[in-house]
Amino acid sequence: MKLKELEGYLQDVAVFTKPKIKLEQYPTTPHLAARMLYTAHTVYDDIENKAVGDFGCGCGILSIASVMLGSAYNVGFDIDSDAIAIAQENCEQFEIDMDFILTDLSAVPAPSSSEDGPDGTRGSYEMMKGKLDTILMNPPFGTKLKGIDMVFLKKGIDLANHAVYSLHKTSTRQHILKKAKEWGVECEVVAELKYNLDKSYSFHKKESLDIAVDFLRFEKPQPKSDA
Amino acid sequence: MRLITHNMLQCHVKGCNANNFPLDFQDVSLEQQEAELNEDFLRNMLGKIEYGALVATCLKLNITDLPSTMPADANTNEEFLQALHRVMLETHVISGKMVCPNCSHIYIIRDGIPNMLLAEHEV
Repeated sequence: MKLKELEGYLQDVAVFTKPKIKLEQYPTTPHLAARMLYTAHTVYDDIENKAVGDFGCGCGILSIASVMLGSAYNVGFDIDSDAIAIAQENCEQFEIDMDFILTDLSAVPAPSSSEDGPDGTRGSYEMMKGKLDTILMNPPFGTKLKGIDMVFLKKGIDLANHAVYSLHKTSTRQHILKKAKEWGVECEVVAELKYNLDKSYSFHKKESLDIAVDFLRFEKPQPKSDA
Repeated sequence: MRLITHNMLQCHVKGCNANNFPLDFQDVSLEQQEAELNEDFLRNMLGKIEYGALVATCLKLNITDLPSTMPADANTNEEFLQALHRVMLETHVISGKMVCPNCSHIYIIRDGIPNMLLAEHEV
C-alpha cells in the first residue's frame, strides 16, 4: 500500500465527538498517522505480523493504520471509555479486529512501595512485558499534567519487546534524548513534522495551529529472540 | 477482548503482587468471530504466551481444544496452530467479570472492554 493511499483511507476514521481537555484529546491527523505507520512498516519492518500496542489510543487511528499494513494483533489502551467506544465503531467500519483495555497508564504507585522498580515505577502490566513487539503512541504532551508524556514513554519502553514509536513536542527533544540514554535505549529522530491542531477547544484563538513535533523511534538493545 | 489479551492481564491493585494471574473469568458471555490465520505470528508468540494459564482458563470456559502441554513440534504442528488461533484470536469475551485469584478484586468486562481502572486508594 502506498503512503497516499493509506492516508486516504485514514480520512474516514471518526474522531472525538466531545474532546476532553484534561486528557489532552487531540486527534492524530491521518497525515501523521500514515507517516508514522508507513515508516515503521517500510523502513523498520516493525508492523507486519507483529503484536502491536497503542498507548492512549483515543479513536484508534494508529492501530487502524497498523492493521492496514499487516500487524497480526493489536491492543489499545485508553483511560476514556467514550474514546474507546468511538475506536470500536471505527474498527467495525474498517472490519478490523482489535482489543481495548480501559486503564490509566499514568498511574504510578507511591514510591514507598517495596515492589517498586529501581526507577520508582512498578510495572502494573508486568505480564505484558516483552509480548508486544511494537508500541505506538501519540501521548498527551503534558500541557495539562506535566510529565505525563514521559510516563507513557517510559512504560512503553518497559513493555515493548523491540521498538516504540512516539510523537513529542520538538521543544522537548534534548530532554528525551537524555532520558533515552539513561534508560539504555536508542532514540532516533525519524522526522520533524507539523502537527496541525484544528480548533478543537474554545480556548484556541486561531482556527488552526501548527506545532512542531518530533516523530521518534526507540529501539531496545538485544531484542529477545523467540525464533 | 480476545483470550490472547486476557493471557497478558494481571491484577493491578497496589500490594497485590503474587498469585495475581491469570484473572478468573466469571459469568462471561463468549462469541466466536472468524479471523485470518497468521502462522508466522503464532510461531512468534509461542515463546511469549503463558500456556499453562491459557489452558487453565480455557478449561474453566469449557473450551477443550488445547492439549494440556504445548506439543514439542508446536512450530510445525498445523493442527495445534489452528487450535491456538481459534482459542486466542477468535474467542471474544463480550461481557462478564475477571476476579483476581489473590485479592478477589473484580474487573468488569462490558462491550468487550475490560475495565482495569482502579479507585484512588487501590492504585
